[in-house]
Amino acid sequence: MKKIKYLFGSLVALAVMLAGCNQGTNSGNGALSSSAAEKVYVAPGEQDEFYAFLSGGYSGNLTVYGLPSGRMFKEIPVFSQFPTSGYGYSEETKPMLNTSHGFIPWDDLHHPDISQTNGELDGRWIFVNGNNTPRIARVSLKTFETEEIIEIPNSAGNHSSAFITENTEYVIAGTRFSVPVPQRDMSIKEYKGNFKGALSFISVDPENGRMDLKFQVMMPGFNYDLSHPGRGESHGWHFFSTYNTEEANSLMEVNSSQNDKDFIAAINWKKIEEYVNNGGGTKMATNYAHNVYDEHTHTGTSTMKNEVLTVDPTKVPDAVFFLPTPKSPHGCDVDPSGEYIIGAGKLSADLTIHSFTKMLDAIANKKFDGEAYGIPILQYEDVMAGVVKSGGLGPLHTEFDGKGNAYTTFFISSEVVKWELGTWEVIDRKPTYYSVGHLMIPGGNSRKPFGKYVVAMNKITKDRYLPTGPEMEHSAQIYDISGDKMQLIYDFPTHGEPHYAAGCPAELLASNSQKIYRLDENKHPYAVTNPSEARVERDGNVVHIYMSTIRSHFTPDNIEGIKVGDKVYFHITNHEQDFDVPHGFSMIGQNTSEILIMPGQTKTSLWEPKKVGVWPFYCTDFCSALHQEMQGYVRVSPASSNIELSWSLGED
Amino acid sequence: MKLPIKLLLLFFAALLLSCGGKEEKKDDKIKLSSTKKEVQKEPEKSGSASDEVPASERITLDNKGVGEVKDLPLDPEINQEMAARGAEIFKTNCTACHKTDKRFIGPSPKGIMERRSPEWIMNMILDPQLMVEQDRCAKDLLVEFNGAAMANQSMTFEQARDILEYFRTL
Repeated sequence: MKKIKYLFGSLVALAVMLAGCNQGTNSGNGALSSSAAEKVYVAPGEQDEFYAFLSGGYSGNLTVYGLPSGRMFKEIPVFSQFPTSGYGYSEETKPMLNTSHGFIPWDDLHHPDISQTNGELDGRWIFVNGNNTPRIARVSLKTFETEEIIEIPNSAGNHSSAFITENTEYVIAGTRFSVPVPQRDMSIKEYKGNFKGALSFISVDPENGRMDLKFQVMMPGFNYDLSHPGRGESHGWHFFSTYNTEEANSLMEVNSSQNDKDFIAAINWKKIEEYVNNGGGTKMATNYAHNVYDEHTHTGTSTMKNEVLTVDPTKVPDAVFFLPTPKSPHGCDVDPSGEYIIGAGKLSADLTIHSFTKMLDAIANKKFDGEAYGIPILQYEDVMAGVVKSGGLGPLHTEFDGKGNAYTTFFISSEVVKWELGTWEVIDRKPTYYSVGHLMIPGGNSRKPFGKYVVAMNKITKDRYLPTGPEMEHSAQIYDISGDKMQLIYDFPTHGEPHYAAGCPAELLASNSQKIYRLDENKHPYAVTNPSEARVERDGNVVHIYMSTIRSHFTPDNIEGIKVGDKVYFHITNHEQDFDVPHGFSMIGQNTSEILIMPGQTKTSLWEPKKVGVWPFYCTDFCSALHQEMQGYVRVSPASSNIELSWSLGED
Repeated sequence: MKLPIKLLLLFFAALLLSCGGKEEKKDDKIKLSSTKKEVQKEPEKSGSASDEVPASERITLDNKGVGEVKDLPLDPEINQEMAARGAEIFKTNCTACHKTDKRFIGPSPKGIMERRSPEWIMNMILDPQLMVEQDRCAKDLLVEFNGAAMANQSMTFEQARDILEYFRTL
């Protein structure tokens, strides 16, 4: 009997093992990984289904990828000098990096947001924030170039930015660090009650996208961490997560985490706009830069502004309220219907979901729990619609698939959790590699998401790729979310540190993408529209070289009469009118980067020769079979020389 | 001991020679006998007849080229308005490589109407890449002009037509 029992036991064990194996083959590697490969494979010559714009974080720039392939197409320079194209080095683009602190070669770019019409992506522009020296930039999605940068006064750690309202009426930028307003010499210990948190509303011209800092709401000195606009019924409101409602000024790690609940600030900007349009608000002297790039002159201009309109929120009735939200909320996301505002309490395991309808009701019935600096605090129970008990740790950000589901990243437990709006039930969870920050679904922050893929952007890479020393690019993962369960289908390295991203269907942008700049529309003051205008002019020790290029020569390519101590400006016009034929320019010993000149464009590079000799320059972009021949010489004579200026091409 | 002195002398002579030219004269230091032979080059029977005459001098008036322009009859009278517009467009878009008074990066357009058909000229302006791929004459011109591929200047049909009218005046 013992033997039989033993045999029976073994059989059961074997059956279990077989069942286990069976399950393994069903859900496991073989079949599924091949289907994952098919899902991300974009055959040579074919194109991706979606554009994805990933912020570069501390690279200061914006990167463009394709989904589902994860191939990187371009790095768009925004806040950082970029020798690849000469952005921030050429005379035309240096003004784009001007601020009230002078020229700054860098910033920390965090959150991209694509312009919208009626709450849907319209693909005209993408807005991004500079976190360190507060700025907002607008990038054209026709030229994929930075067209405008506006500095934000009274702000510091410009983090709850750049989020746009559903008709791109405003791009909104909130301060993460509160500061004295106006800035002044005072004790740091006097922070509490004295510092202010500025929330900036920057209007966007519907025709050309030009930005104008319309007003700033001067809030109590909390940290305004992230924000999102209302949409649909809640259009006209904007929601900001806050932490450090303790108003601590030191050892924030501990001191900012004392309160059980911080707030989500709900701002009725339509009410404030009306108040401002009726003459409300106080004008305040300040200083900030507004830099605009003109597509026709190919030139940026920086203008200093010296006034801003500030609004005291307590002066506008029924415009600003606080919604208690547990545990230092980070992400503050609004679902496609505009009804639910999701607060991700980063020090907790749960998500708190507020209801817009309940909020309006609580306001109407004045169900207040107190006030903070004169701003009413609503009762938590009266505005809360539900809690997602996820079991994960460290929730950060949420995006939506447009099919009634939400996807939240959990930093500490390294996972993406899918849950259902309304029932607050968790449906699925998948690990990320590792320590995920933001995630992005194309259109996932709009009324109409395209819920096919989610991209998780991770903070830690570790063993995902071949090691490249102590510093590694951050990893990202793509999940197919078209089915009930998420499926990890691809893993790719990013550039810099992607915080947020924005994506859209390829057809929204691809056909509008500009191919060349038309030469007959070139209004650059130093352009040469035909080679016979190419010339060299001297004005004291400043020399202007009006130069043109086409495959494969510079006109002129021999220049004499330059002297040591001159300031030589090469103004180069690319006469190509064909797609993807840029020419480059670089001069030996030049204390700047090369420039890359697009067809029909004019760019200027400065050279201050220090040594006598004959110095060559050349084209840096392989332009044709005769690219190696695309070069020229400049003769530099002593400062005392009286050699006349002369220039030529192909003459003996 | 005589040999080293001779060597020394030679060395000084060389030094003097190299120092000699204070004037940085233009002097061809490389002379190839093959460059002289060019004149007496005999026609090779193996190649096709077209190989004998350089593409730029060939007359191919029957060839309409490859591209969208299939048939383009010209008015006997030159339209001066079009020609004037064409001259402007030519100046901006073409003179970087083509000069009316001489061979430059590419051939001079002077006399082109006697060598090429209007259709060929139009096709060459409108899609030089396709022409170089598929038209024998265009391909040979590319070789003759040192591999300097003609740039597509994204001209419209009307712009190319104006340039053609300008060519008739040259």
